[in-house]
Amino acid sequence: MTLTSADFLPVWPEILLLAMVCVILVADLFLKDSQRGGTYAMTLLTLAACALVTAASARPDVTFAFHGMFVDDPMSDTLKIMVYLAVGAMLIYSRSYVALRGMYRGEFFTLVLFATLGMMVMISANHFLTLYLGLELLSLSLYALVALQRDSAASTEAAMKYFVLGALASGMLLYGVSMVYGATGSLHIPEVASRIAAGKANMTILLFGLVFVVAGLGFKLGAVPFHMWVPDVYHGAPTAVTLLISTAPKLAAFAFVIRILVEALGNKALFVEWQPMLMMLAVASMALGNLTAIAQTNLKRMLAYSTISHMGFLLLGILSGTINGYSAAMFYVAVYALMGLGTFGMIMALSREGFEADQLDDFKGLNRRSPWHAFVMLLLMFSMAGVPPTVGFYAKLSVLQAVVDAGQLWLAVVAVAFSLIGAFYYLRIVRLMYFDEPVDTHPIQSDGVARLLLSVNGLAALVVGIVPGWLMALCQRAMQASL
Amino acid sequence: MSFQTAVFYAFSLILVLAALRVITARNPVHAALFLVLAFVTAAGIWMLLEAEFLAITLVLVYVGAVMVLFLFVVMMLDINLDRLKEGYWDYLVPAGVVAVVMLGEMAAVLVGKQLGAEAMPAPSPKPETYSNTKELGKLIYTEYVYPFEIAAVILLVAIVAAIALTLRRRKDTKYVDPAAQVLVRRSDRLRIVSMPAEVAAPAAPPEKAAP
Repeated sequence: MTLTSADFLPVWPEILLLAMVCVILVADLFLKDSQRGGTYAMTLLTLAACALVTAASARPDVTFAFHGMFVDDPMSDTLKIMVYLAVGAMLIYSRSYVALRGMYRGEFFTLVLFATLGMMVMISANHFLTLYLGLELLSLSLYALVALQRDSAASTEAAMKYFVLGALASGMLLYGVSMVYGATGSLHIPEVASRIAAGKANMTILLFGLVFVVAGLGFKLGAVPFHMWVPDVYHGAPTAVTLLISTAPKLAAFAFVIRILVEALGNKALFVEWQPMLMMLAVASMALGNLTAIAQTNLKRMLAYSTISHMGFLLLGILSGTINGYSAAMFYVAVYALMGLGTFGMIMALSREGFEADQLDDFKGLNRRSPWHAFVMLLLMFSMAGVPPTVGFYAKLSVLQAVVDAGQLWLAVVAVAFSLIGAFYYLRIVRLMYFDEPVDTHPIQSDGVARLLLSVNGLAALVVGIVPGWLMALCQRAMQASL
Repeated sequence: MSFQTAVFYAFSLILVLAALRVITARNPVHAALFLVLAFVTAAGIWMLLEAEFLAITLVLVYVGAVMVLFLFVVMMLDINLDRLKEGYWDYLVPAGVVAVVMLGEMAAVLVGKQLGAEAMPAPSPKPETYSNTKELGKLIYTEYVYPFEIAAVILLVAIVAAIALTLRRRKDTKYVDPAAQVLVRRSDRLRIVSMPAEVAAPAAPPEKAAP
């Protein structure tokens, strides 16, 4: 019943992050507004240090700590490093954006770091309680971040909707988890799985709980029909926060789904039950997401619907139920985070004081104003649409391959059809940038580091698409070693 | 029917009625007070389940702290009841249909043998020296120490978020800075002027009162 140093070693990145948040929280109080760069630098350094520690302590096997509450496996290490990268890039992109909108305060950075900690806890959870607490830590920080721009009515409304629907989803999830506990007598993920395998669980109660768990997961992922909050929150939140919501938490949500559905409830008897549920969610998400996105004139809203359709694709990979399918889904979510970072980063690069650059019209004639920005955006849009040779194409291809291998040919056909419909609205942006007259003629003002990162991000969408093998191998190795 | 069963049904009846009144009471203060009643009866039911510590915590934390704060907020806000009630009847029919269908489906699964007394037998009674609080404490600080710490971090986030969302310094507010107030010296407020002493003119002799 005692804790040893072996318990603390795998949790080192989390402990480091928490300690640094507390340091930043206090240190920031002593900084003047003009010295806020210090907080920014400390936040980035903390993320870098966590990445170093995670990479240095990565092991090819699975380690448990804290009485089986915590698990350190290759999947968690890989996803955590991706989360650090995504959060770091988000901070760099949004620096001037938040400074111009009065959000460049210590709380912004600490809340972002708390959200990161929540994601790490979710990724490494091995117990339903830890999973839930990590999710709440992430969600609470995000609610506050969405509402941080207090004088904006849209932000406040978005935060309110996010909070109320998020609480409802948590309630559903918890109710489902309580049923899982009632059926198996444990919340410890490997224990739940072994009791189900041994036939010691009450299957009726378990199925009943499974329905609520899937509904809760659908809410958190933003899959149709649990998607109502996504467009309003993406639209209403400050772009910096929208960028955060749409990238790193998706990586954590992927781990969350894998831990619950595959590791705990992945038994064959339950798999045949949740596979059709995910199928319905996936098809509805791809259909509604892609069709509704066409009608949008606001880019952030359009990207929200595009997120819904991407989540449908992610579910396709998971419902195929094979290691290849899970690795394809992991690859997809990593690629989605990369594209989301670039696209929202571009919106922030084009914005300035009092101007959000979130309307489709704001992108008209971008090629005349800055050919390089237009080219980077073109790469990102091609990747979102899945045009070869960008990475989005390869991500979609690997998911479809997994679906076909699982014997669901019709699903693959449906997915391709909706991707083709989806390509329309991505390519419309390319047309606006290259063939229309500019409406907005102000020079583009973004700081040098953000501009450099944006170029790297756009080119990565192309380069990883040409040589996708290493990332795919990374995902495959992580999934193989972890499951 | 044993005494305990009778107590259970009495508490359950009060709990359900109180919960119904929470959502049907017109006055928000009454609703909050009914919620207090619901918490207290729920605590009574937990006591019957031999979960003494949880029962006491429910009363202390929820009734003692959360609901008192809640009442404060309800009394301080000027809630327009008519606006809240707007559209109530429009939503009632579809919401009622959904609720009844869901209730029926859930009852079909949960009522009966799945969660009945045979499927979930009562645990054997604990010896008299058994301390609920001690056992919970042991678990929280050993097996559940990791989730416990995360819960603490969540509370920290709540503090940071609450301050970030509500603390604002407006330029036009007039407020007292206690630090500056404390640092005030006598010389800042009080000026002692030395003046030559004035010799008071002798008072006029009192006039003789008229006879």
